[in-house]
Amino acid sequence: MGEGLALHWRLKQPRYNLVGTECKACGEKYFPPRNICPQCRRKSQIQPFKFSGNGKIYSYTVVRAAPTGFEFQTPYAIAVIELDEGAKCTAQIVDSDPNKIKNGAKVKMVFRKIMADSESGIIRYGYKFKLA
Amino acid sequence: MEVAVIGVGITRFGEFWEKSYRELITHAGVNAIKDAKIEGDEVQSLYVGSMTPGVFIQQEHIGALVADNVGLSGIPATRVEAACASGGLALRQAYLAIKSGTADVVVAGGVEKMTDVSTEHATVALAGAGDQEWEAFHGATFPALYALMARRHMIEYGTKEEDLAQVAVKNHSNGTLNPNAQFQKAFTLEQVMNSTPVADPLKLLDCSPITDGAAAVILASKEKAKKLCENPVWITASSQATDTLALHDRKSLSQTRASTIAAKNAYESAKLGPNKIDFAEVHDCFTIAELMAIESLGFCELGKSGKFTQDGETSLKGSKPVNTSGGLKAKGHPVGATGIAQAVEATLQLRGEAGKRQVEGAHTGLTHNVGGSGATSVIHIFQKEVD
Repeated sequence: MGEGLALHWRLKQPRYNLVGTECKACGEKYFPPRNICPQCRRKSQIQPFKFSGNGKIYSYTVVRAAPTGFEFQTPYAIAVIELDEGAKCTAQIVDSDPNKIKNGAKVKMVFRKIMADSESGIIRYGYKFKLA
Repeated sequence: MEVAVIGVGITRFGEFWEKSYRELITHAGVNAIKDAKIEGDEVQSLYVGSMTPGVFIQQEHIGALVADNVGLSGIPATRVEAACASGGLALRQAYLAIKSGTADVVVAGGVEKMTDVSTEHATVALAGAGDQEWEAFHGATFPALYALMARRHMIEYGTKEEDLAQVAVKNHSNGTLNPNAQFQKAFTLEQVMNSTPVADPLKLLDCSPITDGAAAVILASKEKAKKLCENPVWITASSQATDTLALHDRKSLSQTRASTIAAKNAYESAKLGPNKIDFAEVHDCFTIAELMAIESLGFCELGKSGKFTQDGETSLKGSKPVNTSGGLKAKGHPVGATGIAQAVEATLQLRGEAGKRQVEGAHTGLTHNVGGSGATSVIHIFQKEVD
């Protein structure tokens, strides 16, 4: 999966810099970015919006059985993060005391390696979060 | 009451190294035709639910493949896909084909051959039912997505890990009564609680297995059913709804909106409420999924599914038997086949042919088939007699 370089390259702004979108028509902010605002649809006025990277944990789990490419990372924490500006996203929680990963805990975005397709394959980078 | 089930067929579910994809669906299809006591020539079109044969066995073009293998080459044949709800959706397409008047005998099948790839590879394939770019990319497996829902359910309603485990205990107990189930083995609450952690709070025995299997049902119009069949089971509602593909885009992780919408529409079209449902086959891909399902179907109040289950209400002898077949949990979950297998169980129950797991006096049953983490929900209501 994911052998095409462009597949990841075209998402570098959201993945590297947490750039989502904002609908100027209704003010709603979206992360991951959307091409149209589901509320305003064709009346959407979509623009890029950079999130601060601050948020809190909305729900979390620890993955112990991983898919191909993540086998060597287990156990790893995955959380749904509520971003301060008002959208949610899914990401790993790293560099944090596992006992302190709780609902409501404050987190901030960090830039990390996500996984490598193979020894000679694409190295995927993107956001993870750590306890603030 | 315009569409009837006049025949059902199913394979044993399990890990079958010696059986191929085409062998499984052929077996189920032929059994359904045999059960309906009709000739293949009567069948005017077919729909088959299959989630991702392209990944599991590198095969696409499934409609034609199935028609060819079951000896029905020539008729229109269509593959339907909505992740783990592919089977339920195939049933709905067949239902709609009859309802529209374009055909009066149609086959709905479902099949998946999942054990030709490694577990890690299957995990990658199944992750495609969620959001590949924004969930799977980060290593969020399917158990992880349901674990995130379970965690919210626990926070918001005080649901306990023991409540989840009780779903597994009950469904495995039902599975011991189903000769086609993958696991015909009972487990204690303690065994479930002590099973290997997969994605906290979900453990191995909270998860449905990787399964090979196929199922098929023959649907007919009212006119044809009366002519061809002595014991038709009527489909009195078929509904389908969607939610966001990714979990993080939802307002609530502890409720499944698509199922709530589909349930409301199904009850309206069958002109009945949840109190009239005698039994249900719900999509328990994980134990938490069954708890959320019985809430969205209105069998119990929001947040009370744990207690409802612990009180035995959903057990075979309870007030609302759920997953008499053993569910996805014990019967197995060959993803594309699951929605059809649920219809097979509903039909057997309403015909009084469910053997040791028969719900006495069953008149109305419901099937609930979910795709991904809840982005597709397909609900059907089955009834024994037409007024």
